[in-house]
Amino acid sequence: MSSLAVNTQPAQAAADERIREVGVLSRLMARPELGALVAVVVWLFFAVVAADNNFISWATTAAILNRAAPLGILAIAVALLMIAGEFDLSIGSLVGFGGMAIMMLVTPVEPGGFGWTILPAIGVALLITLATGFFNGVLVVTTKLPSFIITLGSLFIFRGLAVAVPRSATNRTQLGGLDEVSSYGPMDAILGTKLELFGARFDVAIVWWIGLTIVATWVLMRTRVGNWIFGVGGDNVAARNVGVPVNRLKIALFMTTAFTAFLSALIQAFQFNGADSLRGSLKEFEAIIAVVIGGTLLTGGYGSVIGALLGTLIFAMVQQGIMTGVDGDWFKVFVGGILVAAVIFNNFVRQQATKR
Amino acid sequence: MSEPILEVQNISKFFGSVIALKDVSMFLRAGEVTCLLGDNGAGKSTLIKVLSGVHKPDEGVYRYQGSEVSFSSPRDTLDLGIATVYHDLAMIPLMSIWRNFFLGSEPTVGWGPFRRFDVDFAKRTTREELGKMGIDIRDPDQPVGTLSGGERQSVAIARAVYFGAKVLILDEPTAALGVKQAGVVLRYIVQAKQRGIGVIFITHNPHHAYPVGDHFVILRRGQIYGDFTKDEIPLEQLVQMMAGGADLEVLSHELEKAAEGGGP
Repeated sequence: MSSLAVNTQPAQAAADERIREVGVLSRLMARPELGALVAVVVWLFFAVVAADNNFISWATTAAILNRAAPLGILAIAVALLMIAGEFDLSIGSLVGFGGMAIMMLVTPVEPGGFGWTILPAIGVALLITLATGFFNGVLVVTTKLPSFIITLGSLFIFRGLAVAVPRSATNRTQLGGLDEVSSYGPMDAILGTKLELFGARFDVAIVWWIGLTIVATWVLMRTRVGNWIFGVGGDNVAARNVGVPVNRLKIALFMTTAFTAFLSALIQAFQFNGADSLRGSLKEFEAIIAVVIGGTLLTGGYGSVIGALLGTLIFAMVQQGIMTGVDGDWFKVFVGGILVAAVIFNNFVRQQATKR
Repeated sequence: MSEPILEVQNISKFFGSVIALKDVSMFLRAGEVTCLLGDNGAGKSTLIKVLSGVHKPDEGVYRYQGSEVSFSSPRDTLDLGIATVYHDLAMIPLMSIWRNFFLGSEPTVGWGPFRRFDVDFAKRTTREELGKMGIDIRDPDQPVGTLSGGERQSVAIARAVYFGAKVLILDEPTAALGVKQAGVVLRYIVQAKQRGIGVIFITHNPHHAYPVGDHFVILRRGQIYGDFTKDEIPLEQLVQMMAGGADLEVLSHELEKAAEGGGP
């Protein structure tokens, strides 16, 4: 069906007889987040199954959100990167890497650390982690190889470094004692503390997660950079031809994923009072799953950050539902099933949206 | 006769041992349509890429508005008002019309970290600009993927005109289009011409070129084979030259013989 008409008369702006009132449903169908509406169904399912385990209570809600927040922070940047048509498989390793970088810097000289105070340690560890994102980005844009392969390499490189460097320096792969470092208190208040609300304990990480989601959504939907992200993901060459700085944009997005990995690592360092070389394992896949459930296309050019938030929520709810109501052995079966169902569903929705 | 707005003289381009273009000269005046004709492999694409700044010529002179220029990227030519519309990657299907229209040149409001994409202006302007070109748009929010091929080309041309193009390079805009759709695109070429824009219209279809062209340049095997104004050449001759006249006659004789022989 043709949607433009050729007239010799100029267009009439208002009250166009060719615009049909479309129903709420078909309007919803054009939104990338729709797939994540399945969340409601999942929620209800587990609410019923686990009703006697108090699934719908403030305590359970807090448990779900606390579980979701560190993953959700990663999923925000992964969504932006995937809409721009690239993958970052190293993000989970960077959580381990970033955490160990902070802890190596604050650990006293005696076991093999640097003995810095908290703020300089955070600053330098952030720079190091951002540099890893820069490294990923530059490698992807200069070699023009699929980012899947490049960051699969980085996955091993940075996980390896997160294990090897602390082990050779301190003979450990777990470093604790963050609370013994000076000026721990004020940083803990904004990163690791728990907020008492409705008789349940909510991690302050949830605030970071929601805040970053709002910022990222605004950037994606209402700024030039957001338009570039859609354009680059939709068609790299076309975007370059109209003057979008494709390479700089991609490098910046890889640095954004590295930044969220660092933030997630930092928050968990305060929550667990230390870091573990293996923290963040498999998070790269969980983040991609959350983003895809949230309606973002694997091929890029289409998606939303709100969707990533909803996808993360579903992921955490399934996990929590399994923990409280159903045998935990089935968790992976459920997650895999939801992922495949989400992809099929999103594909269908996209075809409807572009067909009309 | 006015001075040419864009002119190349004795341009050559080599890829290793391959001579893609040899001593090609052509010019374009504002408010005129120069048609660049040639069969597959004639060097049309290479010439477009030289003109639009993707390739640097190995030999020859590129003049724009009277002065010699040298480009290192398509962005440079765009800044000077030379816009290229490629037939295959003009638009991004999953993005809405207004996002496509302003991609790479988004209008902004606000300052500092709050500088944002002026969405209302973008939607309104998209509708107005398409209206000026005689394209009546229903909903700027609809994805470009829902438009037909000819409509996409038209939107791309309208975009180039809006962003102040003085020269439009159209790479086979009518290829892969039906008769009616091709007509839509040809009409916009005339519209652009009437607004004083110089158009280089690349095609291998003389029937599309002849009605809109003022000037015809025929490329064969990387060289200029012919260069005519409209009153110098009738359509029939243009068709013949395009197809490589003699080759076609030989072919038609062969086919006749095959037909007489009753086939294999």
